[in-house]
Amino acid sequence: MKVDVDEELCCGSGLCVVNADQVFDQREEDGTVVLLTGDPAPELHGAVRAAASVCPTSAIKLVE
Amino acid sequence: MTTTGHEVDNYPFGAATKLELHPRYAQARRGAGLLRVRMPFGGEAWLATRHEDIKFVLADPRFSRAATVGKDVPRTFPVSSAGSTLLDMDPPEHSRLRRIATKAFTTRRVEQLRPGIQANVDELLDRMVESGQPADLAASLAWPLPITVICNLLGVPYADRGSFRAWTDTALGLAADQYDEILSARQQLSEYIAGLIAQRRVQPTNDLLGALVVARDNEDRLSEEEMVQLGMTLLIAGHETTASQIGNFVYTLLSQPGYWAQLVADPQIVPAAVEELLRWVPLGASGGNGGVRIATEDVELGGQTVRTGEAVAVVVASGNRDDKIFDHPDEIDFFREHNTHVAFGHGAHHCLGAPLARMELQLVIATLVRRIPTLRLAVAAEEVPWRAQRVTRGVLALPVSW
Repeated sequence: MKVDVDEELCCGSGLCVVNADQVFDQREEDGTVVLLTGDPAPELHGAVRAAASVCPTSAIKLVE
Repeated sequence: MTTTGHEVDNYPFGAATKLELHPRYAQARRGAGLLRVRMPFGGEAWLATRHEDIKFVLADPRFSRAATVGKDVPRTFPVSSAGSTLLDMDPPEHSRLRRIATKAFTTRRVEQLRPGIQANVDELLDRMVESGQPADLAASLAWPLPITVICNLLGVPYADRGSFRAWTDTALGLAADQYDEILSARQQLSEYIAGLIAQRRVQPTNDLLGALVVARDNEDRLSEEEMVQLGMTLLIAGHETTASQIGNFVYTLLSQPGYWAQLVADPQIVPAAVEELLRWVPLGASGGNGGVRIATEDVELGGQTVRTGEAVAVVVASGNRDDKIFDHPDEIDFFREHNTHVAFGHGAHHCLGAPLARMELQLVIATLVRRIPTLRLAVAAEEVPWRAQRVTRGVLALPVSW
């Protein structure tokens, strides 16, 4: 699975962090998403899919 | 029938009673999904009742909030949008303004507030228990807790809560004959925030209002008006919604048998229970109370065409009961998997304060369950009094014993 994020679309909700904090973080100064790894381990794939699906602005792009 | 050939319902379908949802929503979801309604002010609009359509409207950039500003658009409240406030803007202006505040609501920052909020909850409960029973949980806990938290965060004096709570209550009115009072209450809130800002220009502070002043004066990231409106939004949204929901949630848990006992038996499920209550409890008195969106081009939605310039309102409470998404949607079930409710909205305007709201709701419920497991209503459920003619539903008082 390859993961990418669109910082322009991101509204800073942090729901990605809640779902998969080993893959996503938030910038301290404005809460915008920070991608920790674009190639997460298989055991994290479920959590990453959940994060992508709850993101309010569909800012997480997955290629499986 | 209108010239569009659609039947038009008057909206809201009926006065909001307690936490009951009008049966017309379920009927709508089973039928066309997207209804044509006549709003109390400003004429006709589309009404989205299905989860999928609601998410689509809230996320698609062809549905604009900025296009409502200064116009007599269809709406459920008498006073139309003023502009300069987060909810009245579209990206990219919206994103610019929102990002100034998101720093205070990141997962990490909100997690740092946990011990302080827990201490606030414990102190309020100490006082409630000490004052004896029956107690009014609304006055003792539901209102003071979020007010304390948002006052600390923003730097608003807790001592002023009588005033700003009263102005907020009036500003969120729905009745046509309250037009002048609503405008006046908004004006008073605006002047109040402007006063707090003026203090920070003399003596800078480390709170969120202080950060807004820095963003304006040192970095020119927002206008004076945007700054005042943002302060107002944070104050209003930061206390009214959470206070209402604490009352709504505890009422729900205590008035229907079995739910409270489930939490007492297994406090680990409190976070999941909070999510389920967010889904099930209809906070809005009706849909559209956040304002309609205007289509900036023709858009296909729910099998119909919304034409350029037409207005669409969403009913998140209805989307949260959509049986396409949720099994047995009208039942409260703390063990749902993938609870994809839209209680906090969707799209770029997804509730900015959601992490803080979740923290407060979880801590309040978990602490009540742990410290007062014998909590119960002190009156029959039917005797609990409810607000009327307001944007959100909430109890006027919640008498409890233990």
